[in-house]
Amino acid sequence: MFHLWQGFSIGAVIIGALVIVLVLYAVLRFRRKGDNIPKQSQYHIPLELFYTVVPILIIFGLFAATLVVENKETANPKTNVTIDVNAFQWGWKFTYPGSNALVYGQTTQNPEMVMPVNTNVHINLTSSDVIHGFYVHAFNFSRYALPGVLNQFTIRAQSTGTYFGQCTQLCGLYHSLMWFRVKVVSPSAYSAWLTTFNNPAAAAAVKAANKTTAQQTSSVVPSKPATTKYGR
Amino acid sequence: MTDVLDPPVHVEFHDDGHDEHHGPSGILKWITTTDHKVIGLSYTVTAVIMLVIGGVFAEIIRAQLATPNGTLVSLAQYNELFTMHGSVMIYLFAGPFAFGALANIIVPIQIGAPDMAFPRLNALSYWLYLTGAITMLSGFFVAGGAANFGWVAYAPLSNSVNTPGAGADLWIGGLLLTGFSAIFTGVNLCATIFYLRAPGMTMFRMPIFTWNMLVTSILILLAFPVLTAGLVMLYCDRHFGTHIFSVAGGGVPVLWQHLFWFWGHPEVYILALPFFGMVTEIIAVFSRKPVFGYKGMVFATLSIAALSLGVWAHHMYTTGVVLLPFFAFMSLMIAVPTGIKIFNWIATMWRGEVWFSTAMLMAIGFLVTFLVGGLTGIYLASPPLDFFTHDTYFVVAHFHSVVMALVLAGMAGLYYWGPKITGYLLNERIGKFQFWFLFLGSQVFTFPLYILGLEGMPRRVALYSHDPQWKMLNDISTLGAILIGVSTILFVVNIIYSWKKYPAGDNPWDGHTLEWFTTSPPPHHNFYRLPQIRSERPTWDYNHPGHQAVGHGKQIEPAQPVEEVPVS
Repeated sequence: MFHLWQGFSIGAVIIGALVIVLVLYAVLRFRRKGDNIPKQSQYHIPLELFYTVVPILIIFGLFAATLVVENKETANPKTNVTIDVNAFQWGWKFTYPGSNALVYGQTTQNPEMVMPVNTNVHINLTSSDVIHGFYVHAFNFSRYALPGVLNQFTIRAQSTGTYFGQCTQLCGLYHSLMWFRVKVVSPSAYSAWLTTFNNPAAAAAVKAANKTTAQQTSSVVPSKPATTKYGR
Repeated sequence: MTDVLDPPVHVEFHDDGHDEHHGPSGILKWITTTDHKVIGLSYTVTAVIMLVIGGVFAEIIRAQLATPNGTLVSLAQYNELFTMHGSVMIYLFAGPFAFGALANIIVPIQIGAPDMAFPRLNALSYWLYLTGAITMLSGFFVAGGAANFGWVAYAPLSNSVNTPGAGADLWIGGLLLTGFSAIFTGVNLCATIFYLRAPGMTMFRMPIFTWNMLVTSILILLAFPVLTAGLVMLYCDRHFGTHIFSVAGGGVPVLWQHLFWFWGHPEVYILALPFFGMVTEIIAVFSRKPVFGYKGMVFATLSIAALSLGVWAHHMYTTGVVLLPFFAFMSLMIAVPTGIKIFNWIATMWRGEVWFSTAMLMAIGFLVTFLVGGLTGIYLASPPLDFFTHDTYFVVAHFHSVVMALVLAGMAGLYYWGPKITGYLLNERIGKFQFWFLFLGSQVFTFPLYILGLEGMPRRVALYSHDPQWKMLNDISTLGAILIGVSTILFVVNIIYSWKKYPAGDNPWDGHTLEWFTTSPPPHHNFYRLPQIRSERPTWDYNHPGHQAVGHGKQIEPAQPVEEVPVS
């Protein structure tokens, strides 16, 4: 995707510079000096065809590159790690199917989504109320959390660290503060983190939380994680 | 052009004190008028007031963002401010200014018509617009404050649970009223252009501004009813218990986005095409050349309009539910006709005699600013690039480059056509100061926002305390907003300073089109006489016989003297 960005930028800079140079040359070179009437030329079909056809060719190139990268980004490769992300006004809940792990936090509590490095992680994104935006700047990716739709995508972090994330879709009063963090750790640290939840207290907490969420979202989250007709 | 012939006897009565003969005077005359010029002037004044109101909101927003933990306004007030800033600028300024104000005044004159096809409907359009504007803004005076769900009002945030206040209903009502105003103006302009052209004014002899207004009107008729329908559905969801956009009752929230953007993307071109038209006229006149590639220009306008109806989902890539490559392809393709226009504008200036009047400077400023907005738009058409720029300040910067370009073009239009409407020129020196403040302010305002967007600052946040190093870029942007504010003050100063000071004469710019053939301001039904119309530049042909437009090495219009004919 970085290469796609580079390609678009090279094109934009070249075309932008060309146009600005042409504009500057035209307005400075052809400043009005007297009361002359210049030649009233209006059509030059070969020239007009030239600046119609060349942009079309450029657009075909940009579109082809877009297709290749888009297909790669939206592919859902096989994954071993799945995280259910639920957005609500105004916070985030991260649950880990097959485990007791649960992270929950509102606004500036900064709930932390823990995930392993260099691993394809499958995200199931839902919303309990209005539309939210799941956006982690370091991942160069964002996706809406839509009520009534299960949005699925795969992310793969390439280095460990803690990254800032934020809701990007206006969701009401505390939208500005709907923050979270993503903590990318080594796979062994990830497994160790998951097992810290293996005690009765954590299990009970998860059960309670899931019950509340189920009440909140019973009519909102589709029961089957199938691709609805609005899903991909 | 000053040798105005004595009008024929039967219209002499119209020459002096005409309006008193036909009805009331003073404020009652203004309220009851059906004259397209008076209605257009009312539109102009109202729209410029809206520009100032929206601009004040913008300055407050920028002041709040000048520090990472701004405390100037509360979170709730901030949501209201950016919602109403967007709503006022898009719904109440840009659109009505283009097709209500300038098109209303200029289009009938450019095609040699005495008035709009339906003068009373035209008056109704204005009053609906004014009522809608007051309705929307009155949200600030009700409990709960004005609408606060963004100018796009995404469901389900805009339902009665999440936004219970009356401000949201007033927003919907105001938008419905201005929407009908736009639809009626669209009908009116179409009918005027199709049925009231003067003899000889064939479709391919219409000035580009009129062409663009025709295409804009067709787009209005295709797009606005969808918005109206969506707003009615939203209102029903809020008050009558329907569940069209709510999951709980089996509705689909994303449907609102489809309806909104099916209107919203054509709306971008409903806003832009009139300003493209103004700039086309201005660049040609101040280069003393015909519009280069006139027919290519018309076809570019038509293809922009056609493409704009098939790109709405590019606002919805990150919903994940509409990733058809079709939308990316259509969105990218819009760059082609837009590029044709830009190259045609340059070719129009090429080997011309470029006169740096304020209007021309504003038009050139438009060209450069719009170029930036257009090129960054190409990034956003590509879904993988949109994934990480969507809802960040990159998008805000992109469309503010575009709309600041439109403001420059609108100012060009006011400096260019203002003398025709009022009979008096504005001061050129103050105008040039205004240009530099507006042009440089626009760049200083938008460029930091591009970087902020790429650094991950989301739009519609009132504070960024987690990333205080964004302060510097935000401050530069705020400085730009202040420069833009100064330019607006200079404009008002210029109007006051130049009040009835510099008589314009009929044709101060050596104009090409019919409005420059009549008096400034034009008489009640616009013309006492008309030139024969042999090309899209009848006034030029009349004033400069022997200087007809030529094609690539050959004469395309027979060079013969143009005569004038009285209007009966």
